[in-house]
Amino acid sequence: MAGILEFTLNGRRRIDAVPDNLLLLDYLREVVGLTGAKTGCDGGECGACTVLVDDKPRLSCLTLAAAVAQRRVDTVEGLGQDGRLSAVQRGFHEKLGAQCGYCTPGFVMASAGLLRRNPRPNEEEIKEALGSNICRCTGYVKIIEAVKYAAELAARGVAP
Amino acid sequence: MNDVAPVHSIGGYVPMVDGPEKVSGRAKYTADLVRPDVLAGRIYRSPYAHAEILEVDVTAAARLPGVMAIVTGADCDKTFGVLPIARSEHPLARDKVRYKGEPVAAVAAVDDATARQAIELIRMKVRELPAYYTAGAALAPDAVALHARRPGNIERDVLFELGSVDDGFAQADLVREASYNCAEVCQNQMEMHAALAEYDAERERITVHASTQVPYYVHLMLAQILDMDMSRIRVIKPHVGGGFGCRTEALNVELITALLARKVGGSVRTVITREETFITHRGRPETDIRLKIGLRRDGRITAVECECDQRGGAHSGYGVVTILYSGSMLYAIYDLHNVKYIGRRVLTNTPPCGAFRGHGTVDVRFAFESLLDQMARELGLDPFAVRRANLLSAPTFTDNDLMVNSYGLPQCLAWVEEASGWRARNGKLARGKGLGMACSHYISGASKPVNWTGEPHATVKLKLDFDGSIVLLTGAAEIGQGSSTVLVQTVAEVLGLDMSRIRIVSGDSDVVPKDNGSYSSRVTFMVGNAAIEAAQNLKSLLIAAAARKLDAAPGDVECLGEVYRAGAQDKGLTFQEVVTAALAEAGTITVTGNYSTIPESHGGKKYRGAAIGGTMGYSYSAQVVEVSVDEETGVVSVDKVWVAHDCGKALNRLTVEGQVQGSVWMGMGQAMSEEAAYHDGLLLTANMLDYRVPTIFDSPPIEVGIVESNDPHGPFGAKEAGEGSLAAFLPALTNAIADAIGVRFNDLPVTPDRVFAALEKRRRARGNGSEVERGG
Repeated sequence: MAGILEFTLNGRRRIDAVPDNLLLLDYLREVVGLTGAKTGCDGGECGACTVLVDDKPRLSCLTLAAAVAQRRVDTVEGLGQDGRLSAVQRGFHEKLGAQCGYCTPGFVMASAGLLRRNPRPNEEEIKEALGSNICRCTGYVKIIEAVKYAAELAARGVAP
Repeated sequence: MNDVAPVHSIGGYVPMVDGPEKVSGRAKYTADLVRPDVLAGRIYRSPYAHAEILEVDVTAAARLPGVMAIVTGADCDKTFGVLPIARSEHPLARDKVRYKGEPVAAVAAVDDATARQAIELIRMKVRELPAYYTAGAALAPDAVALHARRPGNIERDVLFELGSVDDGFAQADLVREASYNCAEVCQNQMEMHAALAEYDAERERITVHASTQVPYYVHLMLAQILDMDMSRIRVIKPHVGGGFGCRTEALNVELITALLARKVGGSVRTVITREETFITHRGRPETDIRLKIGLRRDGRITAVECECDQRGGAHSGYGVVTILYSGSMLYAIYDLHNVKYIGRRVLTNTPPCGAFRGHGTVDVRFAFESLLDQMARELGLDPFAVRRANLLSAPTFTDNDLMVNSYGLPQCLAWVEEASGWRARNGKLARGKGLGMACSHYISGASKPVNWTGEPHATVKLKLDFDGSIVLLTGAAEIGQGSSTVLVQTVAEVLGLDMSRIRIVSGDSDVVPKDNGSYSSRVTFMVGNAAIEAAQNLKSLLIAAAARKLDAAPGDVECLGEVYRAGAQDKGLTFQEVVTAALAEAGTITVTGNYSTIPESHGGKKYRGAAIGGTMGYSYSAQVVEVSVDEETGVVSVDKVWVAHDCGKALNRLTVEGQVQGSVWMGMGQAMSEEAAYHDGLLLTANMLDYRVPTIFDSPPIEVGIVESNDPHGPFGAKEAGEGSLAAFLPALTNAIADAIGVRFNDLPVTPDRVFAALEKRRRARGNGSEVERGG
């Protein structure tokens, strides 16, 4: 069965007919064509598919598309302002929080969610917010630096 | 004009040139290539570990509406494999299956759900054979051979003795022998394997996009498997989500997808699951090591005897090379003589192993540095002093003919000793806390490529056109290690231009020159040198054009990057004016830079396979690890790591640090939690919960010291930075644990239950009146 999904995706209203069993991740990637959110595991283990639903990090691989009706969904493609990178994106780019980049959209969105609720997180709070995201390249050292730097940039007025 | 100066692009902290795409979700990986008409590919895999195939029945699957094509072993009788001497693998099994999960058939359907349904309808009939899940079982005298060409299930045995170990041990004050076991580990890179194949039936051409480190090898194997002329094949490597060695050979995924696309006459995308990615494997083999070292009271090593058995899995893969590296790389880190090595690479009914980061060197280095630490303590010697008593003196050749020109290990030792406060703190930490140290090394690219063609080892092209932009064309596979960034930096540095003038195109066989690929840490060294030559060639053309325009001799023209001038008082020509002048002669400019390794670096001939280990430059690493051990629970926490890495010259300090931290951390995973566990050949840990990769909570601060030994052959003196620091973590950890609790762990991973069991055993022993000394 299918239903009508009406919601806000990266600030834009959207209406689609979607099968009831379609996952939000597959909807974003295969129907909308926003492939930033990644499939990294067979369900709920790696965090690469993290998006924000009403500003809270959610695993889109464990969320039905139908479940975001009337909600706000933000993906990595929706960050930034006037085509420039957001504070979190700049942090990950400039501090090398991203190497292969595959886990990066998930880390960026989990970090963006963190900064939206806590603009000046300490190291423990950063670890807590990113504890369910796996990165295989960095050893997380530069990811922590990236989020700290992003918080500084955001405090200086860069869009988070 | 006097303030004009060339721009310097190397040596600083330079973010990656493809970073903005990665952090914004615009970077496209193979699975992101969504096409409206593409079919979904799925693979049917053997539920048997070892069996003769009697029948593969796909009739029910073929009748399912929406199924467009099915391929089985009957569709391809060709074999593939990375080593020309061991191409024994069919993309889809024929006659026999040799591990649980081996591809047997594949389906292309209108959508993934239909393809999955079709897979459920495939049946196979077999005659089961005895299966062997350990090296020991496969080596039993009556074991059935997995491959007829390999009776006894030995893929390769290696034996060499250089010098005399008998003499060496006779000179020692202390001789110790120990056994070590390292569990099999998986790369578990974040991107699951994927391929998109587009077959143009009208022109009989195929384009394959693959998540690979080696597009050229994929190209070769596609030609072989499809029995197509290479000129009809195009291979594209999109962004790749890590590899760590599992993608340094063509994998069955891309070959099967190509077979499906050709059969259906269209496009097929196969994205395999995480479980299937684990089963495709190519990880580090389970390794059993027996090691014997002779040590003098002054710390000198007098002899080494190493026996190494690797459970290689069901196919050859890189196996021959892996078992040779494990022996040859005993050398080139310390001044060793009297070394004997006995290696056996064994075929077993488990998924095929491959070339995991630190290829072949890691487990043997773990054993070596562990035993050396144990013996140093037994003789009351400082572990740093023991390393210093055995340093090489570069330039030199080792007993097995490996060429060592630059050697920053002494500086690495000094840095970690100082940074960790070793002298003040060693032996003085609170109960349950410990410090351990160890060293490791790695090659900067194998001097002889796997597929020896006689061509230069690396080729780079630069295109300069009317707009004054330079396009760098390279086959070097950017897989997240920063190869594109370092090549752009290199060209910019030679020309004195800002990096923004240069754009890089890599990973499309229609456009870029062939490259052997990203493995054995070869790109910075080999392709970097080719890039320098290309940029120098371009600079010569530009200087010649400027000289003509300025009416000066080329030798008098000074290149300042954006300005070329013939004397300090000359206002000179802008870069754009020079470009226009240069193009006026011959139109759009393309230049080539090549790099070939020198014969002295090709290893020796003292035993069969002695070329393996030969490189233009070795990186060196020293590490100190600080741990806390909770004696109630057995949980080990790594509090801090200090690591010094000799990369020759840090072309990009940011990515060097990132690579070194990533290596150390990956070593930590292997040392502490990662293990591929099987039950009767079934991989039990084929997901990211049971295969325990360290999370951000488990991961320590890793402080990196960069040591620059300026290799005479390296690009600007550089050597590798992405692998050499992995191995040292493992023994540094177990040495630290021994320091903390007086128990030495020779089996990896050191999980809390292993620590707890060892502590329980000691508590019981103490209850019986015996005492174990702190310090191992």
